[in-house]
Amino acid sequence: MDGPSATERDAQEAGDAERRAPAPGRTEAGPDVQESVIEARGLTKRYRGGQLAVDGLDLIVPARSVFGFLGPNGSGKTTTIRMLMGLIEPTAGTARVLGRPMPRAARAVLPQVGALIEGPALYGFLSGRDNLLRYDTADPTADPRTRRVRVAAALDRVGLNAAAGKKAKAYSLGMKQRLGLAAALLQPRRLLVLDEPTNGLDPQGMREIRTLIRELAADGTTVFLSSHLLDEIEQVCTHAAVMARGRLVAQGAVADLAAGARGRLVVTTPDPAEAARVLKEQGVADVTSDGDRVAGEPPARDLAEVNAALVAAGVRVRGFTVERASLEDAFVALTGEGFDVAG
Amino acid sequence: MSRAETAPVSEPVPGAEPLPGSAVRRPSPLWTFGLLRSELVTTVRRWRTLALLGVLAAVPVLVGIAVKIETRGGGDAGHGGQGPAFISQITNNGLFLVFTALAATLPFFLPMAVGVVAGDAIAGEASSGTLRYLLVAPAGRTRLLLTKYTTVLAFCLLATLVVTLSALIVGALLFPLGDLMTISGTRIGFGEGLVRALLIALVVAASLVGVAALGLFVSTLTGSGIAAMATTVGLVITVQILDQIPQLHALQPYFFSHYWLSFADLMRDPVYWDDLVKNLGLQALYAAVFGSAAWARFTTKDISA
Repeated sequence: MDGPSATERDAQEAGDAERRAPAPGRTEAGPDVQESVIEARGLTKRYRGGQLAVDGLDLIVPARSVFGFLGPNGSGKTTTIRMLMGLIEPTAGTARVLGRPMPRAARAVLPQVGALIEGPALYGFLSGRDNLLRYDTADPTADPRTRRVRVAAALDRVGLNAAAGKKAKAYSLGMKQRLGLAAALLQPRRLLVLDEPTNGLDPQGMREIRTLIRELAADGTTVFLSSHLLDEIEQVCTHAAVMARGRLVAQGAVADLAAGARGRLVVTTPDPAEAARVLKEQGVADVTSDGDRVAGEPPARDLAEVNAALVAAGVRVRGFTVERASLEDAFVALTGEGFDVAG
Repeated sequence: MSRAETAPVSEPVPGAEPLPGSAVRRPSPLWTFGLLRSELVTTVRRWRTLALLGVLAAVPVLVGIAVKIETRGGGDAGHGGQGPAFISQITNNGLFLVFTALAATLPFFLPMAVGVVAGDAIAGEASSGTLRYLLVAPAGRTRLLLTKYTTVLAFCLLATLVVTLSALIVGALLFPLGDLMTISGTRIGFGEGLVRALLIALVVAASLVGVAALGLFVSTLTGSGIAAMATTVGLVITVQILDQIPQLHALQPYFFSHYWLSFADLMRDPVYWDDLVKNLGLQALYAAVFGSAAWARFTTKDISA
């Protein structure tokens, strides 16, 4: 078996060669295609009932990024992923994955993509190992001679070696999730699409998966990660996109997105009323008071002066900090709603 | 999507050197057989399949024992022509248990078993969610459908052979074997009788091709394995009832079950081929019509389960 990094590089070169050659059926080949692993333009899906699940999505996932795909339940994330994987035909718009149009080039693209879509799906009457063997058989590019070795390696990577012989119906939710991940890792991939990969895992399992994702990203694999856990996205992702009600409301680098929402000045004090008055005088906007916590938007002036003014006014200050804006703040600012509201 | 299969994929010409540094292995031409083998093994490893085969194997045992008990006093098992074809001859020759068992299982047990396996083929994978993973592997929709249909056909043959073999063993254990009398009244040797029994088994298996295609089509229509199985088995029963209503005689030649019992004509001397050929032609027609319908449906379907 080739080392993953070498194979990855080869895959990259092969992809580049493919792009240079005028492949039949290609209509456009802009230079921006080079660096995006997923590129959707005006992607739209209207279901038969008339429900608009995804509405004019323009999405660009840069190569070698860890891309967080955020949105409340029912915002169209899974429909988007299914369109990108060729499972659902878009009503309008185009999607390119690894530079090739989907679903038309599915046979060429999908072997280089590992996917975990809407949770794992397993044959309960087969062992974990046999499940992976079956999925690997369905991949036309998988070499049957190395199948057993690759299956064992994938099981090892997700920590399922000990339970490999057990029937999958006896697996816990977390074990099923791991087996689903193992199926996505049967071959070296250029792109991993992981829909809620830490569902059902305990905190230790979540940490393991995050470590795994970082390892894969370090090897040059692009990871497209959908999640409703904001701190998870913040911890592992370099880029993110936010969906709400079928539309993309923001996309970009995680740092840029979080910077869009300003941090808050928080003062902890036993004299909240007096503190709030002084803060307002000092130009702090949107002052709120909750018990011994007084918070507000930091003013443009030096915060040391604000603190000095508090002390001068006889306010006893226990804590004086600026809380960094989190992605959650950015999300609420963007969508104007709580995160778990179904769209 | 259907376009996924028909689109020209920029692959090296067969025999030519693959692109240097290409990480994606070119699929072996034998890959489809690997998928088929996985499909066959997976189907046979389901408890449901084994239970169906067990029921089918039990039918000849029950018929054989019943005939043995009934005729212990030297009575006639046929009760003046009642019961499945050939039943009155079993006491003379155990080989007739094969014909009786096939005649007894063909109207219901065999098509029911095939309906269950065919109905479950796509819909069962859809309801368990495994279909989406097979498709993103990517197995290819046309290829997966062909693999599924081939597997169902293999099950038709397997189910028929299970009945035949079980009947042959029970017949040999409970009754004498030897030369046998054809329907036309001529005598044939035991060896030729065995050959005809095998031919009949093959014709019975081929009679199920239509039900298999129908079941596969139903299976592409729904995301529920149970619904697809129930619908297919329901259709099998409905068509057989309609085949008994004389007022529908204009339609009856188009029912997939209409010529099923023509397999008995293989026991004539010389063999009477007319209805046998009509049966096989009708099964081919069903396979073509419902196979195409299943393909048209499955290759354009949104997989949202």
